[in-house]
Amino acid sequence: MSQTSIRSEHGGSAEAARIQRVLLPADQRPSPSGPISGSVTFGWRALLKIKHIPMQLFDVTIFPIMMTVMFTFIFGGAMGAIVSGTGQTGGPAVSEYVQFFIPGIFVQTLIMITMYTGVTLNKDISKGIFDRFRSLPIWRPAQLVGALLGDQVRYGLAGTIILTVGFLVGFRPVGGLLGVLAGFVLLLVCSFCLSWVWTMVSLLMPSEEAVMGVSMTIIFPLTFASNIFVPTETMPGWLEGIVEANPVSVLVSAIRELMDGTFDPGSIVSVLIYSAVVVAVFAPVSMYLYNRKS
Amino acid sequence: MAESPYAVEARGLVKSFGSNVAVDGVDLTIPRGGIYGVLGPNGAGKTTAIRMLATLLRPDAGEAWVLGRDIFTEPKAVRERIALTGQFASLDEDLTGMENLILLGRLLGFTKQDARRRGKDLLTAFGLAEAADRQVKKYSGGMRRRLDIAGSLIVTPEMMFLDEPTTGIDPRSRNQVWDIIRTLVAGGTTILLTTQYLEEADQLADRIAVIDHGRVIAEGTPGQLKAQVGAGALKVRLADQAQRERAAEVLERRLGSVVIREKDAVALTVRLGEGAGTTPALNALEELGLEVESFSYGQPSLDEVFLALTGKPAETQNDDAEPDAERVA
Repeated sequence: MSQTSIRSEHGGSAEAARIQRVLLPADQRPSPSGPISGSVTFGWRALLKIKHIPMQLFDVTIFPIMMTVMFTFIFGGAMGAIVSGTGQTGGPAVSEYVQFFIPGIFVQTLIMITMYTGVTLNKDISKGIFDRFRSLPIWRPAQLVGALLGDQVRYGLAGTIILTVGFLVGFRPVGGLLGVLAGFVLLLVCSFCLSWVWTMVSLLMPSEEAVMGVSMTIIFPLTFASNIFVPTETMPGWLEGIVEANPVSVLVSAIRELMDGTFDPGSIVSVLIYSAVVVAVFAPVSMYLYNRKS
Repeated sequence: MAESPYAVEARGLVKSFGSNVAVDGVDLTIPRGGIYGVLGPNGAGKTTAIRMLATLLRPDAGEAWVLGRDIFTEPKAVRERIALTGQFASLDEDLTGMENLILLGRLLGFTKQDARRRGKDLLTAFGLAEAADRQVKKYSGGMRRRLDIAGSLIVTPEMMFLDEPTTGIDPRSRNQVWDIIRTLVAGGTTILLTTQYLEEADQLADRIAVIDHGRVIAEGTPGQLKAQVGAGALKVRLADQAQRERAAEVLERRLGSVVIREKDAVALTVRLGEGAGTTPALNALEELGLEVESFSYGQPSLDEVFLALTGKPAETQNDDAEPDAERVA
């Protein structure tokens, strides 16, 4: 057969020569990325995905606006009466409630959004690209750490939206911009740490739906049985103890204090300890599962 | 460390998923350089075997060295020397072709600038320059496969695992992939290729391991495998299909081996043992008035090898199309 004429028809030999020329000689090979540059690169990948699929920002934009506006105006009138201690409902009560509630919904929404980290990861890991990542000579946790770092952008966006909406509905933190920023940073640190829980869930569960189901089951009691929506004093005694021990309550209290301009190292340290414990438990478990994932 | 003469040495690899034993004691010895084919039907355990060697999956039992490095104790050293191109393109579909290559380049240690330059060179060489800024999800199957291979060549691997590189792509792209593979081998890379297609293994591989039900059932050069089955095969086409059954009986008796009744109602294939005389057999048909329209005699195809080894036919690529015809298309 006339091999040559056929080959030139689809450019085979010419292409082969071009490929031969771009092969990298072994001595020009760089040494692979380390933990930090590897994680940052995976974070960059997460940002590129946001750029290409802006729809995935729906949950971090519309959802926080909805939550903040709904809770403020529906519950604000009733709750404000209790929070302010005056017993007066209606308009004035709403503005009282806003001061109490905005730091709470800020935490609630970001915790809800960390869940999507797990859902996204579950979908991502099942694709061929993760096989390739895992076959690279890089620091393996970078693949997960980078994804979580990229999600910080989503959390940051959601947080900014809530605080802006909060400001519009009358939230005026005594702690000023500095207090708000300090609270924001603390919450981002916690969200990053909490994401490891969903990372583990996403590696254990067979589908996105399952990840969602499990995460919801954990998040709902955790955020509602807390001081996010109502002061713990209003609860029955037996519940009050449980709610006050809930890490979410501890976090919300610390952030309320920061935004209120009262700086209590004790509550901040307890938040950081909770966060460190979560990472210390769930990050190694996640990595174990990740390394053994078939 | 003394360099091992082998690209892969594996002994007794076992991997089960629950009660399903995917790989059941695989031994492989693959020399450096050249193309080694792992041939088997769907679900035979090829992918699982490759994933173990590429350190993606931890074997339940056995031992293996890739390029002289232990996959259990030195997985990172293995990963530094290999590249993997999966059955389903291992690319990020949401990113563009260029972004995919920059991502991999950065992870492999290039600066952002160098990674971009490397990406550009590779995209150009693989004829993808125009699609550089298009999302991979908009690529055709052949383009994806080429980008996938380009992604494995950002740094030149000593060994490349290609898991069914031509499954599901058109014949033209398949020929391009074959050309690329041959080019890589010429550059000194060892290729381990899995395929369900006998033609592909026959065309490309220097040596072949046939895997079925998680075990290696035969190993050797394509020629050796064919020889294992017998001296060759006699193919007979009769003028009248009504006479086929009688003709089959005659050939079976005369040649002392199994006669395969082909799908084509007038065709028969007889695998021949050593020194079987075909002329007397054909004469016998003539004498009985069984008219032979045509006959041919040749080395057995790998298809027949597979049938002989496993007792069931292998899957074939484009059953009715001649490979040469595809190449021109």
